[in-house]
Amino acid sequence: MQNTNNSLFQRIDTKLLFVYLLLVLIGMSAVFSVEYRTTDVSVFLMHKSHMKQAIWLGVSLFVGMLILFTESKFFASFAYLGYALGLTLLVLTIFIGKDVKGSHSWLGIGSFAFQPGEVCKIFTALALAKFLSSPETNFNTWKYRMIGIGLALFPAILIILQKETGLALVYFSFFLVMYREGLPISILVIGLSLIVLTITTLLLSSLAMFIVLTLLAAIVAYLSWRDIKRNVTARGLLIGIWAVCILFSQFIVPITFKKVLQGYQIDRIYSMLGQEVPDKYRKDTEDGHSSKKGNASDYNVTQSKIAIGSGGFWGKGFLNGTQTKNDFVPEQHTDFIFCAIGEQFGFVGSLGLIGLYIFLMLRIIVIGERQRSAFSRIYAYGVAAILFFHFAINISMTIGLAPVIGITLPFLSYGGSSLLSFSVLIFILMRLDADRQVLIR
Amino acid sequence: MSYVASSRPFVVRIIFIATAILILLRLFYIQVIEDKYKLLANDIAIYRKIVFPPRGVIYDRKGHVMLYNQVVYDLVVTPNDIKKEFDTTTFCNALRISKDQFCTILKKIRIKNGPMRQGIFFEQLTPAQTARYQENMYQFNGFELVERSIRTYPDSVGGALLGYIGEVSPAMLKKDRYSSYHQGDYLGMTGLEQFYEEELRGQRGVYFIERDKFNRPTGPYKNGELDTPAVGGKSLQLYLDAALQKYGEQLMANKLGSVVAIDPSTGGILAMISSPTYDPNLLRGSNRARNFTKLQSDATLPMFNRAIKASYNPGSTMKPLTALVALDMGVITPSFGYPCSGGYFACGRKIGCTHEGAGHAANLRLALANSCNAYFCHLYRLSVDARKWGDVKVGLHKWYEYMSSFGLGHATGIDIPYEGSGTLFDTKDYNAMYNGSWNSCTNVFLGMGQGEVALTPLQLANAMCIVANHGFYYTPHFVKAIGNKQRVDKLKPYLEKHQVTHISDSTFSTVAYGMMDVVDKGTGMIARIPGLEICAKTGTVENKALVNGVAMKMKNHSMFVAFAPRVHPKIAIAVIVENAGFGATWAGPIASLMIEQYLKDTIASNRKGIEANMFNAKLISSYTYLIDSARRKKDRAIWDKKQALKNGLLKERSTFKTLLETSKKTGLH
Repeated sequence: MQNTNNSLFQRIDTKLLFVYLLLVLIGMSAVFSVEYRTTDVSVFLMHKSHMKQAIWLGVSLFVGMLILFTESKFFASFAYLGYALGLTLLVLTIFIGKDVKGSHSWLGIGSFAFQPGEVCKIFTALALAKFLSSPETNFNTWKYRMIGIGLALFPAILIILQKETGLALVYFSFFLVMYREGLPISILVIGLSLIVLTITTLLLSSLAMFIVLTLLAAIVAYLSWRDIKRNVTARGLLIGIWAVCILFSQFIVPITFKKVLQGYQIDRIYSMLGQEVPDKYRKDTEDGHSSKKGNASDYNVTQSKIAIGSGGFWGKGFLNGTQTKNDFVPEQHTDFIFCAIGEQFGFVGSLGLIGLYIFLMLRIIVIGERQRSAFSRIYAYGVAAILFFHFAINISMTIGLAPVIGITLPFLSYGGSSLLSFSVLIFILMRLDADRQVLIR
Repeated sequence: MSYVASSRPFVVRIIFIATAILILLRLFYIQVIEDKYKLLANDIAIYRKIVFPPRGVIYDRKGHVMLYNQVVYDLVVTPNDIKKEFDTTTFCNALRISKDQFCTILKKIRIKNGPMRQGIFFEQLTPAQTARYQENMYQFNGFELVERSIRTYPDSVGGALLGYIGEVSPAMLKKDRYSSYHQGDYLGMTGLEQFYEEELRGQRGVYFIERDKFNRPTGPYKNGELDTPAVGGKSLQLYLDAALQKYGEQLMANKLGSVVAIDPSTGGILAMISSPTYDPNLLRGSNRARNFTKLQSDATLPMFNRAIKASYNPGSTMKPLTALVALDMGVITPSFGYPCSGGYFACGRKIGCTHEGAGHAANLRLALANSCNAYFCHLYRLSVDARKWGDVKVGLHKWYEYMSSFGLGHATGIDIPYEGSGTLFDTKDYNAMYNGSWNSCTNVFLGMGQGEVALTPLQLANAMCIVANHGFYYTPHFVKAIGNKQRVDKLKPYLEKHQVTHISDSTFSTVAYGMMDVVDKGTGMIARIPGLEICAKTGTVENKALVNGVAMKMKNHSMFVAFAPRVHPKIAIAVIVENAGFGATWAGPIASLMIEQYLKDTIASNRKGIEANMFNAKLISSYTYLIDSARRKKDRAIWDKKQALKNGLLKERSTFKTLLETSKKTGLH
């Protein structure tokens, strides 16, 4: 170990720590502002969410201290074990989990409940880092690439089984890590193409889709007629792509929507597209009402947009948010906490907050790139990717750019489980970074 | 280590930054460019609460409340804000209305105001309705309880003078004058409520209140920066004596007619009764329309303020005025006498006089006391035919000018609307009437208050003030002070003294003594009150009414004018009881009881009998209803004809024409 002369605390990245604390404090004030009533006698009311969040910050800092005092090698050696533990918890949740708001993803220990899916992000990030950094792994081969993808997505499958699709989608952010580590761009291109294909399938009728795809294929064939004529592979490729697209749009998407997705998820996807759910995808919910336009998530987004939009350029001022203060936005202290910022501090405040996030994520990339050991670097990318996914999707869903999937805004959203797991992610990174000169395997 | 393209860390960064820019662009759009969300936010979270100011209270001369505000709740609705999940059953149960009613009212509002604007769903909820509604208020999106006060008349008196308020009509709202009113506002429709609308109205307040998703108010928006508080209307203090008013209404019960009592020294009206009267409380609140129609269609015309609108030949009550004009013109002196022997024959016909004894008109005082017709006919002729005028046509115009300055023939300018002007003919009117050929004999009856002269009871009482004041009057008015201030612009016209004669005090005394004799030993002895010098004049006025197009002589109007005490008079009064008989029989006792009540506050025990008689007398003759129905029949016929002409076929029109022609030809027309 090449210990420097500096103590541990002098080696940790203060910028990272500072931005982390700043975001948590912003979150606490935002939670405070939406629950504030003019009749409140004091700021320090223990039953209020912001005070609970303060306690969670204390817990997080305590855990953070424990992490900082842990040997950095521990995380690498513990990675697979942790991953296994995480998977065990996920499997366990499927059987003994608690139902909270329609999902089956909570595990209770006494009065304390947490989402293993949330915690498992940490283990997966560590495991992926361990796997990709191990000398045996050759990421140029499809075998290892598939193992990597499987490693990242296996927890997601378990989480989908818990009906918590939003959280499962977070695991797709690890593609960014694998991209950094050499995953061919073609996989990402194919992934993106599938998303585009899915959306167009939802917007167009199946016949129109068939015609459009065939026409596209014909145009490509016409433009590259020479290649098609001579080259058998090109011909095969074109026909193959066309066939896969047809298969995907005519069968896979409808079957997924009919059999796999839940009614509310379909609602949310269509709501984001600004469309009404077509009859063929309508599902009767448990209480007999069929899903329809004007559903809950539509309402959430509308109210959220009103709150953010009414903030204007400068915002209404702290504690002057009429929409958030008066409970118009559901889930406004958890998933929709961004509304409080948007309304009270306007575009300027939003810009500041987003700037802070971007700074944080870019800082993590910088930290990642300065690591001597690949493990630390890949882990750093994992942290950045998870934060990025949460940040982008959460804010996008409050302004109607993404479907409402229940994921939190890192550090800001009220909720102990979320704050603690993000804190642990950051503190492990901080610990690894303190030993950036050390080769960790 | 695996192969890593050196550009990839940068691509990752670019993805981060690009996503952030995308989000910021979207934020910029919804926060800065798009206004929709701000409007929606205000719509949803900020509620504009209108606070109606309390309307001014009206007090009588003693500070007794005559008209004040009682708090009630109206339920208003914005039809489009009613959500699909609206629980109609609970709502209807709370108000105890049927679902059909609910739908009908809502439909009406929708048509009247459009679906986006607030309309009144239910006026004046009962306390029970309010309580039941408030229990479930949070469920009723689109509905709001609006507090407002309604006018209450604690004594149920003075409807004609206090007036009532009503909702501003759509037609009124189109006019500039009512530009400061909003649909649903109330304003004074008549009486003092209308005349002093600006003072009584106050200024409505607007409060911006934040509300939460359950429609519950959570606090002021922007700490109330934008709020304007409601400013209450100013109070009015009247000269009116509520007790006297009430007493007068009781005396006049079941009679047609009116009483006007004025304080001569100020022109302040002490009582104004138009009988039959009505309970002003009927004309407020949700039953207003129904009661209004009922009152309107009553044959006795309770809504018709006789005290200021009806006009009557003054009869003998005119005589003091005739005397004043003659004295001021200098054509007679108080000692002037006329040898009346039971009639006036100078115009070639007999004008009867109730007295025959010699010397009953030996001087002005005696003539007044005995109400000698011949004396005053002569006085009139002396006035208009006086040599200094040269011609009767000039003389009559002078006489007209005198009478006009006494307040006859035009509205006095009292502070309630719709005052009538009475009748007073000028020279040109007689010229038109008689084609220019007439003389003082033609209208000699004017001297005794018959013919082309008619006064409203108010004018009559005002004329009495002139006699009482020895030659001046103040425009009769109700309001002494607005919001405790007497010297305000609105009241200025009523502080102006109108000097109308220049007769010496001693001359005036003669007229006053003559009128005192009327009570002491003349025609109005019934009005005598021991210890009070009452000056009065009786009047028994012949009148005709049109029944089925024929002028029929009706029972005489009973009239009485008086002022008291003789020195420093405190009250001048005119009483008219329609078709009741002699002036001394009905109007006299009523006037004297009013005077006694006002000056002594109690009625002497020996006069209780008279009082009871007056209370109990029912003097509305049955033919009032007949005349009414006849008039209605006629009106109906005319209206039917017009409608037939308007809407009917051409054929009908031609038949009507031919009918007219044939009737002309045959001379039946």
